Parts: sequence; C-alpha cells; structure tokens
Amino acid sequence: MRKPRLASLLLGLIPFAGICFSVSLWDRVDPLILGLPFNFFWLIAWLGLTPLCMWGAYRLEAGRDADRPQRRQSDGAR
Amino acid sequence: MSASALAVIFGIVAAGTCIGLYAGSRRKMDLEQWTVGGRDFGLPLVWLLMAGEVYTTFTFLGASGWAYSKGAPALYILAYQPLAYVVSFYILPRIWDLGREHRVQTLADFFQVRYRSKHLAALVAAVGVVFLIPYLQLQLTGLGIIVEVASFQGIGRTPAMLLAFALVAAFVYTSGVRGVAWVSVLKDLLMLFAAVFVGIAIPYIYFGGIGPMFAALAHAHPGHLVMPGATKSLGHAWYISTVLLSALGFYMWPHAFAASLTARSAGTLRRNAVILPLYSITVPLILFVGLGATLILPGLSNGDLSLLMLVRKTFPAWFLGLIGGAGALTAMVPAASLILAAATLFTKNIYRPLFAATMSDAQVATLAKVLVLVITAIALVFAIYSSTTLVSLLLLGYAGVAQFFPGVVLGLYWRRVTRRGVSAGLLAGMAVVAALMLGKHDPLPGINAGFVALCVNFAVTAAISCLSRTEPGGFAEPRGERGAATAD
Repeated sequence: MRKPRLASLLLGLIPFAGICFSVSLWDRVDPLILGLPFNFFWLIAWLGLTPLCMWGAYRLEAGRDADRPQRRQSDGAR
Repeated sequence: MSASALAVIFGIVAAGTCIGLYAGSRRKMDLEQWTVGGRDFGLPLVWLLMAGEVYTTFTFLGASGWAYSKGAPALYILAYQPLAYVVSFYILPRIWDLGREHRVQTLADFFQVRYRSKHLAALVAAVGVVFLIPYLQLQLTGLGIIVEVASFQGIGRTPAMLLAFALVAAFVYTSGVRGVAWVSVLKDLLMLFAAVFVGIAIPYIYFGGIGPMFAALAHAHPGHLVMPGATKSLGHAWYISTVLLSALGFYMWPHAFAASLTARSAGTLRRNAVILPLYSITVPLILFVGLGATLILPGLSNGDLSLLMLVRKTFPAWFLGLIGGAGALTAMVPAASLILAAATLFTKNIYRPLFAATMSDAQVATLAKVLVLVITAIALVFAIYSSTTLVSLLLLGYAGVAQFFPGVVLGLYWRRVTRRGVSAGLLAGMAVVAALMLGKHDPLPGINAGFVALCVNFAVTAAISCLSRTEPGGFAEPRGERGAATAD
C-alpha cells in the first residue's frame, strides 16, 4: 500500500493552518466583511478554500495512479 | 394551533419511514447487505450517507443552541467539519481498499484484521458501543425537544421520545443501511431548505438583514462574537484542541466508518472528501439563528430550544411543523445508523467471537435486530434522566471514539505498531477520559479533555510498540491488485 505523497500531505495541512492553528490571528469582530464579523467570514471562506486545496491533492494522487500503473504492483508488496 | 404543526411533523416522518421501508424491501437482506449495503453505492448515495452524518439534530438544534448560550465557541462546529474531510482524504480510500480485500464490515473488524486479535477487536467494539450511546441520546433528546415545542408543551418530552423511537427501531429493523441512505435524500433536502430559509429569513424579519443583525449584536454583546464568548474556559486553546479532536475523531465513529465502506470505490471516497466541505455551508446560517435569538428571545433556560422557539414565534404553525419535521428526520436517520452500528458491533465483534463461535451470519443478523431494541431503550433511559446540552453530549462521544484514531492511522501507515501498543494506548486514553470527565475536569485548563487523552494515547501506543517485538501485521500480504479501484 502507498503512502500519500508529501506534496499532497502539505496541501492538506494548509486548511489546518488556516482554520485551526491560526485562530488567534483571525478571531475578532472587525473588520466586518459583507456584514459578517471577521471570524465568521474567515471560516466561511475556508469552506470554499478547503475543497480547492484538496482538489490539488486529488490531482496529485489521481495523476500518480494514472501515470505509473506498474508502480502500484511494487507498492502493493510493501 | 398545535395540532397542525404536529400533523405536518408526523406526515413528514411517515413519508420518511415509507421511503426507508420501500428501499429496504426491494433487496434480500443478508448481513453484508444490511450493514454495508453490498458495497455498491455510487457517488450520490455515498455523498448523501456521509453528508447525512453531519446533518443531525446536533447541527440543527445543538449548534444554534451553543451559538445562543455560549456564542463564538460554537464556531468550532464550522471549523471541524471541513478538516474532518481533509483527514478522510488520506485514510478512507486506503481503509476501503483493505476493507474490501479482507471483508471488513465494522471498525472493530479493521482492528481484528490489522492486529490479528479478537480481544482487541472486542475492546474496540465495546468502547464503540458505549460512546455511541451519548450520540444516540442526543438524537432522542432532540426529537423530544421538537415534539415538545411543536405541541406548544402539550405533549411531554418523554412520550414524544417513546413514540418517535418506536418508529426508528421499526425502520432500522426492516430496512438496514440502504433504507437509511434513501431517507437521507428526503432529510437532506428538507434540512437544506429549512436551514437556508430560516437562516436568511430570521435576520431579515427582525433586523433587515444579516449585516444589520451582526451590527446590532456587535453593539449589544461584542464579547459574544469572539472566543471565549459567554464562557470563561472556552478560549483559543480549547478551540484548537476541540477542532483537532473532532476532525481526527469524525470517521472513528463506528457508523461513519461503516458508512464509508458502502462506497463503490476508493476513488468515490476521495472525490467525496474534496467536495463535502461545501456541504457545511448551512452551518453558519444555523449559527446566525442562534445568535439572533440572543437579542430576540433573551433568557431561555435551555439554548437548545432557541431555534424552534424562534420559528414558533415568527412563523405560522404549519411552518413550524415543516421545520420540526425536517428536524425530526435529522434525528431519526442518524439515530438509525447509530443503532445499526452499535448492534452490529456487539453481535459481530463481541458476542460471536467470544461466546458463540459457531453462530451463522443469519443468526448474527437476528441477534443484531434484537439488540436494536435493547440499545434504543438504554439511550432512551439516559435521555429521559439527564439534562446536558446537545453539544456536551457530542463532545463526550468524541472524547471516546477519537481514541481509535492512533490504532487506525498507525495501523495504516506504520509497520512497527503492535497489538500491545494499540491496546495499551486505547486503555490509557479511556482512563484519562474517564478520570477527567467523571471528575468534571473538562476542559482541563482551557484544553479539551478528550484531546489530552488522545495525546496520552498516541504516546503510549508509540512507546509500547517500540518496546514490544515486531509482529506481522494483518495487511502484510495483499491478495491481488486494488489500484484499479482508484482510477475510475
């Protein structure tokens, strides 16, 4: 079985950084954006940004499946 | 007035039950069909089944309830859902591959195959059943609240819960996971409508828009809109630890784990992981309703009532019925999959391997159906006699099921991990959860107690694994090529 690529793991870490670890940077009311407090706006924005990051990771993983059919054989034995 | 609201609710519940019975009756039910739907669900059905896991009474009443009573800490709900899908991207496709190869039907099966230990599997199953019960209790309590509010306090919460759960049990008994999946269609459509309509209409009716509502809130309760909100202990450290615990624990729920095995291919799961975060877009709308209620209906003793009380105050009774009906399905459908998962775990991974090795699959299926009633009754008793908030119930469950994460993820990606390490880690995690939660030390200086337990669990698992002898893992010899599954 294969492990995910480092690049695709890094793409997955971006939403964690944006949504979770950086909370003290964005947890405030001002500036209000589109009428929303900044923290609400920030998290709602990440509902769209997360699929973008994961789409990138998906392309990386799916591309690897398509490009190297023979590699799966050797990985399967790991 | 109350009669029309109740009539609409019961109409919706009846329609849902009929769909479930019809979907279930069209196929012959063996154990595999009943628990993982024959493993042939395509993208739309798996999407609904997995997305349906998120849309429970918890989101509907619990999220608005916490936004009402606690304020900004409720944002954690908006945060953990997309991150749970990110985590799933890296583990579910692989679990699915291995699951098909080794005929894994439950979370405990996974431990059994990977660590070659039926005792570890039984331990996992037992912990799973125990922590499914607060989640089930949450759904029951939610249903009770809906009928209570919709009947204008004419029907008590207890008879309401009894009635609704007789229906759920009957529904699970006859239809299994396929029935659950199809009722999810109705449930999700209604829920989407209810959340969008209420989340936009309430701010417009009372404040003239979402922007003006937040301007009013920022003026009246500025502290409510940032963490720790109306609480003292739910600050940023609590937020980070709770978001991590929930994101890692999300697919460790036995029912969610089993639902992912119903996919047709690993690629289906990967694509789902990419798009599902968009599905959480209704969560902020529900939070808006709870926040608005702090200005419109201040002083409610139980925040979990806020969404429905506000709908009752604002709209005609039939509309309250429509929202209540949507809410009732968001309790019943997840309740059905919770019951199904708990019953299957108990019979397949505890009772049969330890006490009745010769039982056939058919007998296991029968026993599972008897257990449906037992488990429902236990949760009902807890629901009647306890009075915690819906979110607290869910967090208790997460503290428990997240303890499976080290065993699953290390089992997938670290060859050195051993059965002893995982057992010791799981037991250590449980001990910490029990000590902190029963001793009322949650949150422990601003950090989620379940997350503390998870860290202890990881450390113990890794340390004991390094100290014990390497053992051959159950996935060591793959039987055949599975890569094709990801290509479609």
